[in-house]
Amino acid sequence: MPTDSVIEVAGVTKTFAGVKALDDVDFTLRRGEIHALVGENGAGKSTLIKVLTGIHTPDTGRIARNGRISTIYQEVNLVPLMSVAANLFLGREPRTRLGLIDRARRDAEATELLRGYGITADVSSPLGTLAVGEQQMVALARAVEADADVVIMDEPTSSLEPREVETLLEVVRTLHEQGIAIIYVSHRMDELYRICDTVTVLRDGVSVHSGPLKELPRIELVSLMLGRSVGEIQKHGTTAFGEDHHADAQPVLEALDLTSKPRINGVSVSIRPGEVVGLAGLLGSGRTETAKAIIGALPLDHGTVLVAGKPVPRTVKAATKAGISMLAEDRKTEGIIPNLSVRENIVLAALPRLSRFGITSRSKQDRIVDTFIKRLRIKVSSLEQKVAELSGGNQQKVLLARWLCTEPRILLLDEPTRGIDVGAKAEVQALIDELAREGLAVLLISSELDELLDGADRLIVLRDGEVAGELEGAQLTRDHVLKAIAAEVMDDADNH
Amino acid sequence: MTTLTAATRTKVLQRQGAAVALVLMVAVSWLVFPRFGSLDNVRDLALQGSFLAVIAIGMTFVIITGGIDLSVGSLYALGGVLAAWGSQYGFLVALALPLLVCGVIGLVNGLLIARTNMAPFIVTLASLLFARGLLLAITDEGANTYQIAPDSAFVELGRGTVAGFGYPVFIAAALAVLGGLILNRTTFGQNVFATGGAEQSAVLLGVPVAKTKIAVYTMSGTLAGLAGALTAAYLQSGVTVIGVGTELDAIAVVVIGGTLLTGGMGTVLGTVIGVGLIKVIQNVINQIGTLDSNYQSVVSGVFLLIVVVLQRILRR
Amino acid sequence: MTLTTTRTRWLQDNGVYVAVVALLLFNALFTANFLTVGNFRTQLVQAAPVLIVALGMALVIGTEGVDLSVGAVMALAAAIIPLYLGAGPFMAILMALAVGLLSGAFNGFLVAKVGIQPIVATLALLVGGRGLALVIADGQLVQLHDPAFLALGTDDLLGIPISVLIAGLLALVVAAITNRTTFGRQLVAIGGNRRAATLAGLPVNRVLIGVYTICGVLAAISGVLATSRLAASDPADMGLLMELSAITAVVVGGTPLTGGKVRVLGTVMGVVLMQLVRATLIKHNLPDSIAQMIQAAIIVAAVYVARERR
Repeated sequence: MPTDSVIEVAGVTKTFAGVKALDDVDFTLRRGEIHALVGENGAGKSTLIKVLTGIHTPDTGRIARNGRISTIYQEVNLVPLMSVAANLFLGREPRTRLGLIDRARRDAEATELLRGYGITADVSSPLGTLAVGEQQMVALARAVEADADVVIMDEPTSSLEPREVETLLEVVRTLHEQGIAIIYVSHRMDELYRICDTVTVLRDGVSVHSGPLKELPRIELVSLMLGRSVGEIQKHGTTAFGEDHHADAQPVLEALDLTSKPRINGVSVSIRPGEVVGLAGLLGSGRTETAKAIIGALPLDHGTVLVAGKPVPRTVKAATKAGISMLAEDRKTEGIIPNLSVRENIVLAALPRLSRFGITSRSKQDRIVDTFIKRLRIKVSSLEQKVAELSGGNQQKVLLARWLCTEPRILLLDEPTRGIDVGAKAEVQALIDELAREGLAVLLISSELDELLDGADRLIVLRDGEVAGELEGAQLTRDHVLKAIAAEVMDDADNH
Repeated sequence: MTTLTAATRTKVLQRQGAAVALVLMVAVSWLVFPRFGSLDNVRDLALQGSFLAVIAIGMTFVIITGGIDLSVGSLYALGGVLAAWGSQYGFLVALALPLLVCGVIGLVNGLLIARTNMAPFIVTLASLLFARGLLLAITDEGANTYQIAPDSAFVELGRGTVAGFGYPVFIAAALAVLGGLILNRTTFGQNVFATGGAEQSAVLLGVPVAKTKIAVYTMSGTLAGLAGALTAAYLQSGVTVIGVGTELDAIAVVVIGGTLLTGGMGTVLGTVIGVGLIKVIQNVINQIGTLDSNYQSVVSGVFLLIVVVLQRILRR
Repeated sequence: MTLTTTRTRWLQDNGVYVAVVALLLFNALFTANFLTVGNFRTQLVQAAPVLIVALGMALVIGTEGVDLSVGAVMALAAAIIPLYLGAGPFMAILMALAVGLLSGAFNGFLVAKVGIQPIVATLALLVGGRGLALVIADGQLVQLHDPAFLALGTDDLLGIPISVLIAGLLALVVAAITNRTTFGRQLVAIGGNRRAATLAGLPVNRVLIGVYTICGVLAAISGVLATSRLAASDPADMGLLMELSAITAVVVGGTPLTGGKVRVLGTVMGVVLMQLVRATLIKHNLPDSIAQMIQAAIIVAAVYVARERR
């Protein structure tokens, strides 16, 4: 291990249930550097962090650590009901001579210490009363005060206000000056280019690039992150999507000025029957939030959703009734009901329609379920098989069937092909195509650029919760999308 | 004294409800019932409250970790019977036996909850049954009430007084002070708060969550046994039928005292105030005479409801 | 690993049936006068009130909730009966059931609308309910003499004790609700994955309130039947620790406390099993003390087996 590196990882592979989360990854962190770690969802960032911190043991490969590592997570991992000072010193409180916790000293030291992080709040008030950014700062202070040589920050700014981001970046610079090495995980281009020296890009578990950040153009970086899936040579047009769709003139869905700060800000989407509109953008750009806002599952500051010109009340029930359906990104926590059978999972949302006076009709259910299983080619041993036993692709199809049962007019698909095998992926893509041709309005969210470019008739590009551009027709190219995503935001610079 | 800090204000606010209610209750009772303010009545109130307070201090710790201990009523009764039986072998046995046995049952509660992830309410509900069964087994199915020799030193523990106040009052007070210190001024106390406040985070922060849980249930069991021993010493016998529903009283006073039933926040002082409030209400109900004692649990239930709903609304 | 999982799963699903058969066999061989009609009648009559409460509890547990107030609701029902018995048994029963309905709806409101966790929400009624019942009854045990009302607890219909018949009928109804109605399937879905159920547009609040209301009504029915059999209204002892018996029966019957699954036949068998355990212990002259400790051990063992490994 070279003397100037604090962490050195060589040839690390980690497999979960047959899927390679990390594939022969090399990673070097040098003393005092700020190292950006980037990649889309499922690229292997979290796994790499867990390998670095020792939570996961890799299947193969070597790891050398030369110093103490502290991690601060995206979600603040502190105790909201305990005081700021108690959180800061939990487990290493200053003592009085009697061995009791010296609260006066603890509070004084905490106040003094946090001042360095720009926090002037009362340290004896519960942590939960602080703004999220301040909490993040307390977590950072705690991590640093534990005498760390390396601090890993996993999306520390994802829930911060602009002003809080500035303070955090200031602190990061201070740490940098103290010679602490930092691994900085973020999707915000501006932040990365402002503070990071080096970058490592992960994609599908493989380290696709590692080197100085400044020399790497933004568009190149975005391209590296979104690039075509490795090992799966795709040419344009080899996804299962067909040609463009013929759309009616009048939009069936109009979502106007959807705002839920700080996640999304003034996003508008409209889709015509038979049209597939893609939502592009990096992770955290507000793609999922936009879909959730449309279906009524996200409390809004303001915004309206119209279906066929009529406003829809802001509840999931009302949206469902109006004909909007959403295939959630997280199948496990927001999709399948694991204990129930394939049949019951499929009919769940349409149950009232398949019942008379609240009594379910098994024959009606079997008929419709049978139709969809055949149509979507869901592989099951029987209708009564537990949905938890199915493969990811088949679970996804079950959920798709659940929504098709309700005969929706608008289908919101959040990462419909994530985590399913290549064959099933092509089938799902073909299905989306087919549904659009039958007149459904589809909103397609995907981290895979090719899927969006091939599948969508029109693309809305989101950046930091706002619409960064709309692309259509000839504009639907990789270059255009990357440019829209990577566009430099000069707001911050203007303020100085 | 410097200015009241925000945290203190929050805590005061939490506790204020119970404290204000207690002050009002006392003031009104004093005016309406001439006997209420008499020294004898105050002494009696304090003594009656002390047994419940000892149990409720342990319950406070358990609830702050986000758990619940339904076995304390049975352990309270069991502790009394064990103390009475043990008193024939001298003071030490009479005191140590209930603490040990009830402590071990508490330890088993804690082990099952912390190590197997079973729900606290079901584990302690089972040990409620178990402890009651054990009590019946050693009392010839409840037919045998062990008496404590009136001249034994152990009786002195329950009946002895200083300035007219029974020893149990001082024991409970000492335990309350000790409990407050442990909760707020030791690492263990901080671990208790962290465990109940955000268990996942606590694990990541290096808090020994399992050990903390085991410790609080052991403590709760031991304290219930102690309360039983004190009661036996005071009554000079191991009464087999006491303690039914005492766990509910203990939970009620803890929650009324401002401790969050969902865990992560609470104070021993609040619990003591809760005990005071419930006992004053009971005392008043007794003084009215025409009301039977059943009103007490109705009042507890209503208080509990109000506090729980308020806590929920305030946290929104 | 998978073998252990399969075995645990099998034990979770079928353990209760095996245990019931084993206990029946044991008693048939070693217990005098066990295989008599009279004995079975007694056992069933004793088990009926627990079963009725357990059915409601199974539904609540299916939603990932719990109802600690069932014993208190039984006491309330018992206390109400003598007040209205003058107006005829029908009126008395109706009022008792109305109290159960209100109590349950109240619990459901706290859980669904206020958002209090079930164990906490139902605790208030557990603490205060029995006291209220005693206040209503003036703390007295009241002997009941209305022959029509008492017939409920003593008479037969088609050679079967009425209370057993009602319990059996209710078991069928609850099974039908669970398996054959929209409400039942939505209930299980909510317990299985509440977020997914919400996103699927299910009426989560309405279902939760409905479930707790049903549980309250069933507890009241149980209180009515138990009171009739006792020929007295006894709010002090009525339904004491019933929440424990009911939860035990449900869990022993293979319904996990983590929700998402309701096993009605399993619950019936769970009640039968616990009744058989008690009967076996009594018939072999084991004292009540030992019986309680063994029951405690069975509860812990059942919950241990039933716990979901993730």
